[in-house]
Amino acid sequence: MRATKSWIAEYADLPAGLDAWQLADALVSAGLEVEQVEAIGGDVAGPVVIGRVVDFVEEPQKNGKTIRWCHVDVGPDHAPEVAPGPLVKGGEVAQLEGGYWPRGVICGALNFAPGDTVVVALPGATLPGPFPIGSRKTYGHLSDGMICAEDELGLGHDHAGIMVLGDADESGTPWVLGAPALDAMGVADDVLDMPVTPDMGHCLSVRGLAREAAQALGVGFRDVIAHTTPAPTQAGHPVVLESEGCPLFVALTVEGFDPTAESPSWMKQRLAACGMRSISLSVDISNYVMLETGQPNHCYDADALQGAIVVRQAAPGETITTLDDVERTLADTDLVIADDRGPIGIAGVMGGEDTELRDTTTRIVIEAANFSPVSIARTSRRHKLGSEASRRFERSVDPGAAYGAARRVADLLIELGGGRLVAETVAGEVPAMPVQTIDAGLPARILGMPVDADRVVEILTASGVEVARDGDSLTLTPPSWRADLVDPYDYVEEVGIKVGYDHLPSIVPAAPVGRGYTTEQKLRRAIGRALASSGFVEVLTFPWASEADADALGLDADDPRRRTVALSNPLAETAPLLRTSLLPGLFGAVARNASRGADDLALFEAGRVFFASDEGGAAPLPAVTARPSDDDLDAIERAIPWQPRNLAAVLTGAWRPAGWQGGATPASWAQAIAFAEVAAGVVGVRLERRTATQAPWHPGRCAELLVGDTVVGYAGELHPGVIKAFDLPARTAAVELDLDLLVSLFGGAGTLDPVSAHPVAKEDIALIVDESVPVADLQDAVAEGGGELLESVRLFDIYRGAPVPEGKKSVAFALRLRASDRTLTDADAAGVREASVAAAVERFGAELRG
Amino acid sequence: MSGPNDTYDPKQVATLSAESLDAIVADALAAFAAASSSAALKEARLAHAGERSPIALANREIGALPPAARKDAGQRMGAARGRINAALAERQEAVDAAELEQALASEAVDVTLPVDLAPQGAIHPITGLIDLMSDVFVAMGWEIAEGPEAEAEWLNFDALNISADHPARGETDTLFVAPTDAHIVMRTHTSPVQIRSLLERELPVYVVCPGKVYRADEFDATHVPVFHQIEGLCVDQGITMAHLKGTLDHLAQAMFGDIRTRFRPNYFPFTEPSAEYDLECFVCHGASVGNPDAPCKTCRSEGWIEWGGCGVVNPRVLEAAGIDSSVYSGFAFGMGIERTLMFRNNAADMRDMVEGDVRFARMLKGEAR
Repeated sequence: MRATKSWIAEYADLPAGLDAWQLADALVSAGLEVEQVEAIGGDVAGPVVIGRVVDFVEEPQKNGKTIRWCHVDVGPDHAPEVAPGPLVKGGEVAQLEGGYWPRGVICGALNFAPGDTVVVALPGATLPGPFPIGSRKTYGHLSDGMICAEDELGLGHDHAGIMVLGDADESGTPWVLGAPALDAMGVADDVLDMPVTPDMGHCLSVRGLAREAAQALGVGFRDVIAHTTPAPTQAGHPVVLESEGCPLFVALTVEGFDPTAESPSWMKQRLAACGMRSISLSVDISNYVMLETGQPNHCYDADALQGAIVVRQAAPGETITTLDDVERTLADTDLVIADDRGPIGIAGVMGGEDTELRDTTTRIVIEAANFSPVSIARTSRRHKLGSEASRRFERSVDPGAAYGAARRVADLLIELGGGRLVAETVAGEVPAMPVQTIDAGLPARILGMPVDADRVVEILTASGVEVARDGDSLTLTPPSWRADLVDPYDYVEEVGIKVGYDHLPSIVPAAPVGRGYTTEQKLRRAIGRALASSGFVEVLTFPWASEADADALGLDADDPRRRTVALSNPLAETAPLLRTSLLPGLFGAVARNASRGADDLALFEAGRVFFASDEGGAAPLPAVTARPSDDDLDAIERAIPWQPRNLAAVLTGAWRPAGWQGGATPASWAQAIAFAEVAAGVVGVRLERRTATQAPWHPGRCAELLVGDTVVGYAGELHPGVIKAFDLPARTAAVELDLDLLVSLFGGAGTLDPVSAHPVAKEDIALIVDESVPVADLQDAVAEGGGELLESVRLFDIYRGAPVPEGKKSVAFALRLRASDRTLTDADAAGVREASVAAAVERFGAELRG
Repeated sequence: MSGPNDTYDPKQVATLSAESLDAIVADALAAFAAASSSAALKEARLAHAGERSPIALANREIGALPPAARKDAGQRMGAARGRINAALAERQEAVDAAELEQALASEAVDVTLPVDLAPQGAIHPITGLIDLMSDVFVAMGWEIAEGPEAEAEWLNFDALNISADHPARGETDTLFVAPTDAHIVMRTHTSPVQIRSLLERELPVYVVCPGKVYRADEFDATHVPVFHQIEGLCVDQGITMAHLKGTLDHLAQAMFGDIRTRFRPNYFPFTEPSAEYDLECFVCHGASVGNPDAPCKTCRSEGWIEWGGCGVVNPRVLEAAGIDSSVYSGFAFGMGIERTLMFRNNAADMRDMVEGDVRFARMLKGEAR
């Protein structure tokens, strides 16, 4: 809501000398936000003065445009020292009556005549832009200033021509040539720009703002709504109310209006300051009264109305062409204003073309009605059609203002366009406001600051609430403009705002002892930190996905990752799904980094992936008056997509670039697996691996990662086809784990067993096995064969080549042996060694290398 | 070779005279002093303190002395050997020290060489900040609640007193899971976790919920369709708006140090009274207010910047979760993590937070990592 200080001051007795910022402070203390305070004309500097056009010649240009070469009288003080160029070549220039020269000015507008009063920006002035004015040679003349249009001065939007002022200012005093124009026109003012929250509908009007300002400043307030609503009457145009969505409809008939009358400049300027264009007198008045009273209203051409005005729900399929020239199909949830021919307006949203005022209309029916906020909100949203009217009705309009606002429209029409008010219809009545009883101590109890009962009564009374007090019990009836005052806590807020939240004490509540983070939360945090310490960089990507992603990943038709959840209104049609894998998002991050010159990347993300719910079904919308039934809560949980947290990484380029300590270590499948090992290590579970065929990985370079028999994820090098499809660097590696699953496998921190102080014995063995034997399996065999005395097994070499036969490899392990209760003998060590080897021989036909 | 009881031979025992021993000692000391390496010193030791050294040979002559002379000679010999051994030890120490010094000097490395153990990893600044803010609450005894991101419409809206006709429930603001009559949305705030907490937990409830939220917003420097919030909820007996202020002031203090704050009235369906929680502008500290010559872009010359929304839990919300609002009251608040990051660390462009540029993630230091 934009409103000028001068307008507010018409209805609130603002203290003398109160500046716009102080007014803004008062409104902020009443609960409004003042986003901006703009000074009208504040951007205009230097000499911008009243002038009079002496004479001009029109000079057609080659480009088809015609310009006027003018002589302008800007008074003796601003007169040039030398004569301007003559209007006609070789002509004479005469001095003006006061014995000084006129100024020569080029003007592109054609909407003025000799003798007209205009606004002239002289050299040295600056107009909003900033646009400095100087003397310059143009169109073959020295133009010594500029005749201004409204928009050039920041006073409005009008650029149809230059501003032509009347013979005298608003008070009837003749213009003084050369006087500072903005002061002379009386346009200097301040505009306050305020976003209005849904519960402050009453502040979408100068009336409401003036009331709040007056209350905050403790000064007088005059209500622009000067009439109470009369008893219902059909003396004017007949009106029939057929819907509960419209409790009150006022229709006033004005006759003898002059359709050619123009809006006065003060009205145009106020509308412009508040962000509205001037259209015509009747429309301007309608808008002016809406801004002033908060009551949207509409003027019909009375002669275009066919029969009674009926307010009813639309019949499905009915159509209307609204004032914005769009034909709209209506539904039965839409409330319409209709006459015999059908809908002539969408109630509270926008009027129709058929009954619009014409430039010949002299008989007008003024509508000011009240509509239910819910109905208007629904209709406005369904038609994606918002208007100044719907914005107000959605936030509730004071039903007590309808009649007074209609009268204000009639008064202004008559004052500015002639005619007379001939008849009135008042259908329906002002609905009763909801009564609430509260304990006078409630505000203090909820706010946490002392506000005694007398103060509560005083504040609420000042806010227009009718208070009936019985001891500490307050029975409250809100004024008709405060639809937001319903629940007891609404009154708590009203009291809180008016006392001022600055008075609230600041008290930290003592929470009961907490249990801290859950184990899962601690593990997830520790995993992230461990991965970052290991060299991986976390990124956060959008969860949007597409069928094309699934295809590019090479997912089979029955891959569970194709069981996606779709959005009904995705931000991009190309990505209408929710992700089932973090990898495509990470690929995107790789591409962005690569495009910025970073090639050695190890990126990871922990985030939710989404799978369509097995059971499906709709989530119920139970009543909100009590806790939903367990059945409803279960149904909600069933309907919600399964959305586990995944943990994934993508690696490209060098894991460690070449440096002084050696050559580069390429990022490979090995680091992808190491990533999983780090995460599993934090959880304290042993990750087993086996070769797997799983999209999007390289079939020969993909490890299925298991904890016991539970698959927790996959890691390895990406399939070359996937690398190509996502345009990734060759040999890009990736890993994806089900993080929630992995964390759930945490088996407790374990026990701290005694550490053996007995010496360690070391044995090395080299085993020759077939190439196809996985080293991890061989190592498992060695470890299991070795038994209890075997403390650890470490791979230290793999050798291929003579004398190891073709197709075989020699795998060397270092064994560490230790007992908890004694020093091992040579015989003990030999026994373990033999048992280890025996297990390898038995399972894999291994041969001990001599 | 003379036996102990041999006839006294003055010629032979002359080597035991004071003059002779002094000469032997002097030779030894000179040899040690001349030795400048371990090897040279070893040679000198063998020559002057070894088994066949002059002093050792002289020592053997003591037995040839008559018993009356042995004591004197023995004392002279002891003193001489003491001097030699002391000189040797001293020289050995000096040579060792010099050689160690030389060895260390020769082993010097360029300690400025890069020594990265691993590539430089990092958690995302958003994650770091979520943890930091969560820690503040856990330290007060609060717990961390979590909830799904694809959420039931009832939990995201209805239960929070956001009626079916509220504009925020339109497709221009909210992302709906298809089909829309399944009533699942991408949660538009972390507030549904309030309801989940009230439904699932025992009273009193003191929880914060950090997490991702979704809006049908365009993606530009100041808007992202997916961002993060931290939501707080306290429901207990006797809870007031003053407790809300105290809690937020404590958080503001922990995040920004000493800073002025204020409540500015606002409207949210799920809180009543409702307020915006504003921080004094970091840039102009209010100096731009009413001062067109020094406008402030950060606060648009309002002097305050909005951090988050908050208020007293609307009793309707408590009732929807089956809690008796005549016994319990509460407060709730929510603030943007991205916004907090902008205020704390000057992050200027929201796009940097979601584009995954590794340089962005690596910038923060210390407790924020």
